[in-house]
Amino acid sequence: MITPLSHEQMLDLRQCLESGLPIVARPYDDLAERIGAHHDQVLQQMQQWHDQGLFRRVGLVLNHRALGYVANAMLVLDVPDALVDEVGQRLGRAPGVNLCYQRPRRLPQWRYNLFCMVHGRERSAVEAQIQALLDQHMLSDLPYQLLFSTRAFKQCGGRFAPPPSQVWAHG
Amino acid sequence: MDLDRLSQQLIERFQHGMPLCAEPYREMAQVLGCYEADVMACLQRLELAGALSRIGPVFEHTRAGASTLAALAVPLERLEQVARRVSQYPEVNHNYAREHHYNLWFVLTGPHREHLQQILDELEKDTGLTPLDLPMLTAYRIDLGFSLGVHP
Repeated sequence: MITPLSHEQMLDLRQCLESGLPIVARPYDDLAERIGAHHDQVLQQMQQWHDQGLFRRVGLVLNHRALGYVANAMLVLDVPDALVDEVGQRLGRAPGVNLCYQRPRRLPQWRYNLFCMVHGRERSAVEAQIQALLDQHMLSDLPYQLLFSTRAFKQCGGRFAPPPSQVWAHG
Repeated sequence: MDLDRLSQQLIERFQHGMPLCAEPYREMAQVLGCYEADVMACLQRLELAGALSRIGPVFEHTRAGASTLAALAVPLERLEQVARRVSQYPEVNHNYAREHHYNLWFVLTGPHREHLQQILDELEKDTGLTPLDLPMLTAYRIDLGFSLGVHP
């Protein structure tokens, strides 16, 4: 039976994970040392969080810009509320759509309630792909806009952990 | 950047999931039929080139805390300055300029909603610009991975 991490250690571990696993043979030993625990405890905690659905996925997190996917479009649509689930599910399954979320309208400033991200290597190809997607799903008549990104000022993982505890300070 | 074969294999195979064990890189090497040292060297190269942001878990927003997508309509001459101000927050993980009247878009994540509200209020006070606050209501697709094989 492996002793569970203390609450403090859990918070510290979460914070460590936000900057990612180190590239060393035994990365969890490294994290365990940083939070003053044994690697078995860390792995047990990881498995538990994984089982509880705290992780969307555990894997390589890539920077699409550096990989040449520089044309990054956010497609926003104004879909009647009664249809948004159905349209969202269809677009969410469409190839090339990386993200598909419903978000609230903020009238009068913002009317769009469905957001899709489409990444590609060239802008013209992404435009054509989105036009084809809208045609195929018979959505071309809905009000929509295409917001291409022109600059990435910052791109990194989410920071959910509360501010560092005192353990971190001498870690 | 141009990717060698091992980089491609690593990305295709392990962006959606990797082994959760004491020696993950050894296990990844076994899956691909190569040496652990090759995997580690390759990941280091990808990281150095900026192609690999990090390795490990992507937290589920709704379970791990609060998040929102926010946007500001910034006068062009102030864009650089306001973007820097926004990026200063560790709670901001993505911050992009986009072609639109709302030309600065960023994702805020934090332990709870009140924390995010505080930041939005602070930004409004500091910049004189009112942020659009667009938290996710429903996720129809959340996969951040993408296929290297498809070149649309």
